[in-house]
Amino acid sequence: MKFILRITALTSFLFLAVSAHAGAISGKAPDFTLKSSSGKNLRLSDFRGQVVMINFWASWCGPCRQEMPILDQLYKRYGKLGFTLLGVNVEQDSSKANAYLKDVPVSFPILYDTSNGTSKLYDVNAMPTTILVDRNGNKRFIHHGYKPGYEKDYKKQIKQLIRE
Amino acid sequence: MRIFRYCIAVLSLLILQGVSQAAVLPDERVDALYHSYDGGDVQVTGPSVLVRKGISTNWSTSFNYYTDYITSASIDVIIGGSPYEEERTEQTLGFDYLRGKTTMNLSYTKSIENDYDADTISFGISQDFFGDLSTITMGYAEGSNLVGQRVSNNPKVFEDRASIDRKNYRVGFSQVITKNATLGFGWETITDEAASLNNSGVTLNNPYRSYSFGIPGTSRSFAQEKYPKTRTSNAASLRANYFLPFKAAIHAEYRWFQDSWGIRSDNYGLSYVHPIGDWILDFRYRYYSQTKADFYRDMFDFADQFDFMARDKELSTYTSTSLGFSASYEFAKNGWGFIDKGSLNFSYDIITFDYKDWRNACESQCAGGTASPGLEPFYSFDAEVIQAFISIWY
Amino acid sequence: MRNMSLALCLASLVMTGCSSLEPWVKPYERANLADPIMNPARDAVSAGYLHHVYETRESARGAGTVSGGGCGCN
Repeated sequence: MKFILRITALTSFLFLAVSAHAGAISGKAPDFTLKSSSGKNLRLSDFRGQVVMINFWASWCGPCRQEMPILDQLYKRYGKLGFTLLGVNVEQDSSKANAYLKDVPVSFPILYDTSNGTSKLYDVNAMPTTILVDRNGNKRFIHHGYKPGYEKDYKKQIKQLIRE
Repeated sequence: MRIFRYCIAVLSLLILQGVSQAAVLPDERVDALYHSYDGGDVQVTGPSVLVRKGISTNWSTSFNYYTDYITSASIDVIIGGSPYEEERTEQTLGFDYLRGKTTMNLSYTKSIENDYDADTISFGISQDFFGDLSTITMGYAEGSNLVGQRVSNNPKVFEDRASIDRKNYRVGFSQVITKNATLGFGWETITDEAASLNNSGVTLNNPYRSYSFGIPGTSRSFAQEKYPKTRTSNAASLRANYFLPFKAAIHAEYRWFQDSWGIRSDNYGLSYVHPIGDWILDFRYRYYSQTKADFYRDMFDFADQFDFMARDKELSTYTSTSLGFSASYEFAKNGWGFIDKGSLNFSYDIITFDYKDWRNACESQCAGGTASPGLEPFYSFDAEVIQAFISIWY
Repeated sequence: MRNMSLALCLASLVMTGCSSLEPWVKPYERANLADPIMNPARDAVSAGYLHHVYETRESARGAGTVSGGGCGCN
């Protein structure tokens, strides 16, 4: 009986906890320039006028790998409507990321933040972290982590920002 | 249980703090293992199958089916009776629940032998905090065991001898130290309380085991062991894991142990993990030493000399040293059909047990024995442990 | 009661005092920590079995990584 009481007490504490994996944010998206998978350097401010999704990911991160094909679908679907996606790989050694991308190719540009400067700039505090930037270069939405179903939020927010 | 209460308080507050990001549930995988232990004229083999499956984004369930087929002709068995064969089956059903940075698990284990039944229910909670650099864990388990004994020549007739209630209280703390190092601390208190059934006098002891008494050099006799009704033990462990610059890892472990029977033990473990291509190699070393229980003696002076008397080698003064090696081959690393990846594993351990005050009584009591009773050489033996298993992630 | 308040102090220190003490390993710096070889019990089925092998033959118990019921001793 005491055992059940203890469990109940702990569980009720748990349900009091507020879970907030996504939210609206504001402020200018800090600019950055990183080397991309095509070999060219890409700069965030060059995409001004488009809705940009920045996804910080790593090959060792399970949820990131799970999300990759879904992000590719989003890019293919909304790419022609003024939307772009930048996949920022946070690994210091990009060889594992490239091996992964060989097996699971994506069509959106991959950027290599090997020095973690951009990750620091965006205060990435979860893997993956996904940020949506509007046509004027402002940060609008942030997502920490990934679980199946987050793509519904992504779609809604992309559509909203494209319409603005 | 003061430490336990502290932890409940700290944990509750950490959970109330709110969460902003997620931990992850264990991987979905299935493992099929064959295991074999061979040492001291005891052979134990059998399968173990572990399946883990996600039910939803927040729930995961696991099921383990484990069997030991035991053939024993160990010294105690030869002296106290006759060699036997038996089977133990253990099944565990577990659920894990994830919410934000909190993981909870609840599991139920049922273990069945001809003459020993055990049911255990266990609850654990784990909370990440401080940028996920720190994790605090807590667990509580309650077990109820029913001890039986063969009462006739019919191997299927058993009588209940004792019931044992066990409670486990666990707390743990782990900390990321650098990008390459983690440290962990664990504490566990376990209490046992036994009640004799059918006036058997059996409490926490094995009903088939005997203590010995007599005059060294002259005679050695045996009588049923007498154990206390309760036992409380405390264990504290410290672990360090370090990732080496050339992509290998080192794990070091120390455990301190003490119980209310006067046993103190220490064990040290060191392992080295080295990946090469599709292979992962493991090398491990472990050293264990313990002091005897207060009521242990290889030979007492006369029958009923004390209230509690035992002669189990597990309660004597001894050391055990293990050397082990594993090789794991990973296949379908980037998926194949519904499989995410798989691995084939083989593992071998050799353990040397060296008893300091437990004599090989067979040398005087068994057929052909030539030693003087009570002056036999101290016992030691090697055991080989083999594991072969396949793992599939899906 | 004094013990309880001590625990509360400790907890609030952990919660608020951390503003001056920042987590020093960032999530994007966990490539090595996330590697399965950093988990000494990466194969639960094997770690659980080896734990059982020792626990049935040694008096020490607890503070390991796994736990379960039954004995299978003798």
